[in-house]
Amino acid sequence: MSLRHLALAAVCSAAFSASALADTTVTLLHVSEDKTAQALWGQIAKDYEAAHPGVKIEVKYLENEAFKAKLPTMLQADESRPSLFYSWGGGVMDAQAKAGFLKDVSADVAGVEADMAPTAVDAIKVDGKAVGVPFDQGVVSFFYNKKLFENAGMKAEEIKSWDDLLAAVKKLKAAGITPISVGAGEKWPMHFYYSYLVMRIGGEHALADAKAGKDGGFRSATFVEAGKRLRELAALEPFQPGYLTTKHAESTGIFGDGKAAMELMGEWFIGMQAPSSASGKGQPEEDIGIFSFPVVQGGKGKATDTLGGVNAFLVTKTAPKEAVDFLNFFSQEKYAKEAAEKGAYIPAYKGAEAWVKDPLVKQVAAELAATTYHQNFFDQDLGPSVGRVINDVSVAVAAGQTTPEAAAAAIQDAWDQQ
Amino acid sequence: MAMDRVALASAPAGERVDASPETAFAKAPAAYVETRRRMSMNGWATLLIFLPPALLLFTIFVALPMVEAGWYSFFNWNGFGRPEKFIGLKNYVWLSGNPAFTRALINNGLIIVASLLVQLPLALGVALLIAGRMTGAVWFRMIFFLPYILADVAAGLIWRFMLDGQIGIPAIVTSLLGLQPFYLLGSTDWAFSAVLIVILWKYFGFHMMLYIAGLQGIDREMLEAAEMDGTQPYQRFWHITLPLLGPMIRLSIFFSVVGALQLFDIIVPLTGGGPFDTTHTMVSFLYYFGITRMRVGFGSAVGVVLFVICVTFAFGYRRLFMRDD
Repeated sequence: MSLRHLALAAVCSAAFSASALADTTVTLLHVSEDKTAQALWGQIAKDYEAAHPGVKIEVKYLENEAFKAKLPTMLQADESRPSLFYSWGGGVMDAQAKAGFLKDVSADVAGVEADMAPTAVDAIKVDGKAVGVPFDQGVVSFFYNKKLFENAGMKAEEIKSWDDLLAAVKKLKAAGITPISVGAGEKWPMHFYYSYLVMRIGGEHALADAKAGKDGGFRSATFVEAGKRLRELAALEPFQPGYLTTKHAESTGIFGDGKAAMELMGEWFIGMQAPSSASGKGQPEEDIGIFSFPVVQGGKGKATDTLGGVNAFLVTKTAPKEAVDFLNFFSQEKYAKEAAEKGAYIPAYKGAEAWVKDPLVKQVAAELAATTYHQNFFDQDLGPSVGRVINDVSVAVAAGQTTPEAAAAAIQDAWDQQ
Repeated sequence: MAMDRVALASAPAGERVDASPETAFAKAPAAYVETRRRMSMNGWATLLIFLPPALLLFTIFVALPMVEAGWYSFFNWNGFGRPEKFIGLKNYVWLSGNPAFTRALINNGLIIVASLLVQLPLALGVALLIAGRMTGAVWFRMIFFLPYILADVAAGLIWRFMLDGQIGIPAIVTSLLGLQPFYLLGSTDWAFSAVLIVILWKYFGFHMMLYIAGLQGIDREMLEAAEMDGTQPYQRFWHITLPLLGPMIRLSIFFSVVGALQLFDIIVPLTGGGPFDTTHTMVSFLYYFGITRMRVGFGSAVGVVLFVICVTFAFGYRRLFMRDD
């Protein structure tokens, strides 16, 4: 190699490394289809770039299923690994942490997490260490059509216990109204019933105990009893005809069209019922009410224990330090407040209910604020393998296709096989 | 021998017995020597230039993934990091004890049976009807072929709506008869039959086209001669058309079985394997139980089983039935 070549090579490498120093790229991968949230996040990225020259924030969107299928592969290689990515917490996050893909950022994010809801912050920890920062959370509750309830001569406030719910279903049926719509074709909407029943019967330790294998693990009396109760409800035929094939959006639309009186669903239901309905208008918000999942007599759970999702952005192990800095910037109260006011989501902040404008969302946020114990979705918490089994058996038990005992055993088998 | 076979196949069936092998053989030695000579000169150079790219691509994208799938199938692995939990044949044990997989296997078998007993005869029948130059034949061909052109996912979605109990064909029937709405795709007894019908509808056009191509290759003079000899139509079909269509039929059976084993895209939008895992095929089972549940090792085991079945069939069938084609 001649000297000239050597010099050229040196100049080239210097040029490249210089440009690498000047431009740090932080990639953020998300699955949110909410236009308001997308616009806000794009704005936050721009704000950050303006304040930090030389740092580029790439906000990338992937469709939900594509995201889930691609992420394991993307995480493998340094070149494809995003700096920050969307997460539902739970079993998948644990697996990612165990495989060594996530960074312990406990010290870096402690400041911003101090003002956040402890339940949400705890949900994004693996072995007590924060691997990201939550940005929103929600609750699954019963949404009901006030007019249909009125027609059947009922008051939602009277539904306090499981038996009250069964009585309400009978009353609605007698009035010729479909009591409940459920998107059992996608299975997970039905697992909300099973999950809540487990929580109401077994209390806040039910799931942890089952995971630890206490009292037969998932074969325990709690899970069997939850299955029996679910079957008890389904035996009254409260769901819309053909519920086994109904998709989530369709069932939401059924409620939106006023063809069913109740639906057990997460907070996103509020924004979804109108666009999913055949009329496109849905129910006016003042005609929609909310009540918590009823308690089960003799159960250990409280009516204020809540089930719902927590979403976060996790930090990968090779993320540049700017990524953590951006995450702190992203998570600041200013933007959380903006998200709440614009109705994008319920931020994972203490007192977020005060910022929310929409009265229905405000009610959900208040429910969250008053929670005595918040549980992540069972199918997220348990990871994809056991989670899907829970979804499957919830529908099977409800339809009388499986016995509660066999359902509980199937969950335990899946747990043992992972 | 190869030349011999070519000569026989290209000769009209009626003359088969008389075809003299000597004429075919007469030219063989010279050609053979010529090729042989060229091979020794340019052969290695050609081999060295043309083989590596293809071999490399084949190795990276076909052979390696297959070996890797086999390797993963011995691990309990969720796809994150490296496979570390070696569990021997446990994935296969779990697979054999999984009722949904057993059902998927049976379903694959049923699809094959339905394809062979219903779809192919139907395709042949329609092909016979519209292979000729009758007016409108081209239109019929296009209409019957259209479902095959349609994307599988789109076809699945369309049928999901058509079979819906609220807005589909069953809804029309039940409302006319004043019955309760009936949800075909939600019924464990009927969902798979509905899937079968959609599959027959979707792929029958493809086989029909194969047969039409085959029929058009048959020498018309032979059929006319047979007609003049006073044969009945069914005799002409049985003794002339069918034997001459043999290679095409064997090919169509091959496509039909392999296609049935690999069926996936229609199932997902139509039923998603439901209700209660009664309409899975092996591949949709692999997707729902391996990929979406992030059980890569378990999914790989399904893949290996599927691979073994396909390879056994493909090679066995070609050896037994397609050696002359």
